[in-house]
Amino acid sequence: MLEALLVMALGAIVLGAALGYAAVRFRVEGDPLVEKIDAILPQTQCGQCGFPGCKPYAQAIAKGEAEINQCPPGGEEGIHKLADLLGREFKPLSAEHGIEKPKSVALINEQTCIGCTLCIQACPVDAIVGAAKQMHTVVASQCTGCELCLPPCPVDCITMEPLAESVETWKWKYPVVRLHPVQKETA
Amino acid sequence: MNNSPYFLQPASVQSVMLRVLLALLPGIAIYVWFFGAAVLVQIALASVTALAAEAAMLKARGKPLLMFLGDGSALVTAWLIALTFPPIAPWWLTVIGVLTAIVIAKHLYGGLGQNPFNPAMVAFALMIVAYPSLMSQWPAVGFTDFLPQWNAIFGTRQLDAITMATPLDALRTALHTADARATVAGVLGNDATFGNIGGKGWEWVAAGYFLGGIYLLQQRIITWHMPAAFLATLFLISGGFALYDPTRFVGPSFHLFTGGAMLGAFFIVTDPVSGCTTPRGKLIFAAGIALLTWVIRTFGAYPDGIAFAVLLMNIAAPLIDMYTQPPVFGHKNKRGGPP
Amino acid sequence: MSALQRLFGFHGGVKPAYHKEASTTAPIAVAPTPTRLVIPLHQSIGGPPRPLVKPGERVLKGQRIGSADGNVSSAVHASTSGTVVAVEMCLMPHTSGLSALCVVIEPDGRDEWIALQAFDYRAATPTQTRDYLRDAGVVGLGGAVFPTYLKLNAGKQGKLETLVLNGAECEPFITCDDVLMRERADAILRGAVIMREMLAAGQVLVGIEDNKPEAVAAMEAAARAVNAASGDDAIRVVAVPTRYPAGGAKQLIRVLTGIEVPHGERSTDYGVQCFNVGTAYAIHEAIELGQPLISRIVTVAGNVGHARNYQVLFGTPMKDLIALCAPLPDSDRVIMGGPMMGFLMPADQVPVVKATNCVLVGSKKLFPPPPPEMPCIRCGECAKVCPADLQPFEMYWFSRARIFGKAQEYNLFDCIECGCCAYVCPSRIPLVDYYRFAKSEIWTREVEKEAADEARERYEFRLLREEREKQEKAAKLAAKTAAGREKAAAAVAEAQKPAVTPEEDAKKALIAAALERVKTQKELVHPENTVDLTPEQQAEVAAIEARRAEIREMAKPHLRQDD
Repeated sequence: MLEALLVMALGAIVLGAALGYAAVRFRVEGDPLVEKIDAILPQTQCGQCGFPGCKPYAQAIAKGEAEINQCPPGGEEGIHKLADLLGREFKPLSAEHGIEKPKSVALINEQTCIGCTLCIQACPVDAIVGAAKQMHTVVASQCTGCELCLPPCPVDCITMEPLAESVETWKWKYPVVRLHPVQKETA
Repeated sequence: MNNSPYFLQPASVQSVMLRVLLALLPGIAIYVWFFGAAVLVQIALASVTALAAEAAMLKARGKPLLMFLGDGSALVTAWLIALTFPPIAPWWLTVIGVLTAIVIAKHLYGGLGQNPFNPAMVAFALMIVAYPSLMSQWPAVGFTDFLPQWNAIFGTRQLDAITMATPLDALRTALHTADARATVAGVLGNDATFGNIGGKGWEWVAAGYFLGGIYLLQQRIITWHMPAAFLATLFLISGGFALYDPTRFVGPSFHLFTGGAMLGAFFIVTDPVSGCTTPRGKLIFAAGIALLTWVIRTFGAYPDGIAFAVLLMNIAAPLIDMYTQPPVFGHKNKRGGPP
Repeated sequence: MSALQRLFGFHGGVKPAYHKEASTTAPIAVAPTPTRLVIPLHQSIGGPPRPLVKPGERVLKGQRIGSADGNVSSAVHASTSGTVVAVEMCLMPHTSGLSALCVVIEPDGRDEWIALQAFDYRAATPTQTRDYLRDAGVVGLGGAVFPTYLKLNAGKQGKLETLVLNGAECEPFITCDDVLMRERADAILRGAVIMREMLAAGQVLVGIEDNKPEAVAAMEAAARAVNAASGDDAIRVVAVPTRYPAGGAKQLIRVLTGIEVPHGERSTDYGVQCFNVGTAYAIHEAIELGQPLISRIVTVAGNVGHARNYQVLFGTPMKDLIALCAPLPDSDRVIMGGPMMGFLMPADQVPVVKATNCVLVGSKKLFPPPPPEMPCIRCGECAKVCPADLQPFEMYWFSRARIFGKAQEYNLFDCIECGCCAYVCPSRIPLVDYYRFAKSEIWTREVEKEAADEARERYEFRLLREEREKQEKAAKLAAKTAAGREKAAAAVAEAQKPAVTPEEDAKKALIAAALERVKTQKELVHPENTVDLTPEQQAEVAAIEARRAEIREMAKPHLRQDD
């Protein structure tokens, strides 16, 4: 009886020491989980999730402070990927955080723009160029479509233009599974 | 409107399955010649049950009935069950076997093309575990009278006159008993001419299956890899041990022509859905089945080992496939250059 | 000559019916100039060229109307003389049914060339010759339309062992290369000689499928003449076994030389380069005649009474071409290319472009709709015929399940979409459709990922910059004030709040004035994506905006905490 206890205790001590050593020796710098979550998020930096950017949201998910279904630009697919990564259940997009919209870019109406620079300050990815009292314009290739420039504009000259499909960006559709319908009985 | 290719070779799952059935016919004919028409009753019984079960499952799963019923895959499963079960097995044994194969082994895993295990072998394994004695009663050669066989299937079972153990079973039982004097020659006799090597009649049936297998090869429905690897491995391992101790281990001519070896080599091992698909994978897969078959036949408790061997290798098939992916065009010789 | 050549096989392949006889009975005819030419600017792999002409402008035959843009791009030219009536979006010869920028020309019927001048490539540097070919719009005419000038680069070693001319033409129905070789073998080989010099290639192998004996004979005769003139035996015509897809560039290189060029690598690194015979002809025309690429040979075949090959100006509507060939009344589709790899056209008025080797008219009888798709039974037929040694059923499985990473692990991108797998599949699965779907999904994802990475970088840089600016401002203020700490501290505190300077006051006044001005306009200007919303959605949007405003407030202290 005593020997058994001693053996078990010894085992526990040895294994504990080994684990402790490993934790120190193979310490992981940074938080790879946050990086992995951040890699899935669409980087629109739109704040619709309730956090001031994709990284903070990723940190919140990693800490378990946020749900995985708060990112409308990431859409269902993003939620699926997060669910896979974190081993959580898939949840439909939380309606209070918004709806999935087609990918758009901001477009400044150059007739209306008064050159106030407020949108430049609001853009999280510096995709708007211009100077005070000069007309501004959006660099479409860098615009994430976050819509953060819409509310500050005092003259409402910014609109969101959905990205049109072109021959280059056109995608082959999922092949239709051609099945004959189940024959219905004439009853 | 569909996309290219607009040309399609005339081929269908149905034609593949029908040619498999066609290839079984010579073996079946010889089977009937030696062991009576009972096997035809079993085939009919299994076919009807399989089609009914298939139809019920398709309906339950909301799949188009005519398209899938016509594909012939259920019939192939049914025929293989009828040919691997004893021909005088009671009708309900066959029915339960077929139901197991179609309902559990096939449709509960997702239907045609999705089953990880060979359905016919699942049925065989389950039945031989559940009803070992019924699955071991085989008709004696020469007792081809239809009536007693019919009675054995559907009526009261008075079997003593018409049944006997298969040579494989007899050999295993003899060598496994404590009787140290039992030898291979003692059980099988010394007459090694064709007609008497795999047990009277059985090697002729095996030859019929072999003929069907050649037809399948010629039709390019199966490739040479699996039958060749299976038969060669079985030949080598049984031959090696027979050389080592011919009194305790029976030679390759017996192993190749008895039990389900020939049927297995061409019709069971080659099931594409549950087996390996890469050329090297096919070789490993079939060789593995042959090895396990020999081990189970020689040291195991069941008369024939093919079913268990197939199921065990079915589990390993995805892994084998993963490790035997053939090199892709241009990936073989990193630097290129003429060979 | 061909008997001496040792041939290699390639794995797989199929033997569909050729259907090539009908269109080879008559010689090449010149298709009449249509009443209107629609010339797409983007006709090659790479960046779309920039338009050089405006509506109303008169253009000459061979005048450049679109200039190459970027590293991979190729120019386009007016196919005949006339007036540019529009530079607008027109329906493209593309399965998507989408439009792209095209130059619409109304021919004046005079067919007036620009001043034609041969290019002395021997006097020019290789770079100059390549630039010339880029501006002459020469692209691969086998169907892939890869800019040819990019392939005329000998690579690391500076020389090539083998130049392969592809005259295999393995697709059923298509005979444009066949008739070109029969009728213009000399010109093809003149182009080949230029390419050989540019690439410093040791030998030239012309691979032709052995079901085209006339083309083989014509090319052999021409090769004898060229070899006799040059004194070496460099050009050899090789009849290769007829098996689809022997005309795939990689497959033909393998058959002729035994070399397998892996996906994503340059064949020049393996000492070999492959061009279509049509491309060689185009190079001859561009360099020796000074004519840019404005037309090509197109096979019109399929469900027509008189299948034939035509010399067609780019921009000619396919409809006009088909009308020349007496289409049968039950025709129901137009396919660009052959039946194995061709693409369904959205309508028959789409123009002939550089990629159009064949205009195939289809009908239900000729190309019956495939029987219903059955589940895959893993029979392995597809793997047996795959010329890229792939496991098509595995790729299908993962593409179907949208597990794209795994599909890529099974080398999805080595697939050349030849269609052999779908051709033999007993379950009638449209396998290639699944690969096309998976490939375009993966491409899109890669583009999206790159965009996301860039956005992340820019966002992080912005945070960094804001921080730096704040600190600089605070430091400046601290230095300015003589009183020192108190004021500096106040300034820092000030900097942390949204600072209001007289300058900004003026700006606010300006904004107020502007606001007044546009108040009426405000009702008219809506963000595009908020029109037509249900009341619920509007409420939602409002809620989101409110929350975002909150977040922005929250974000301000958060951003400051980081230092």
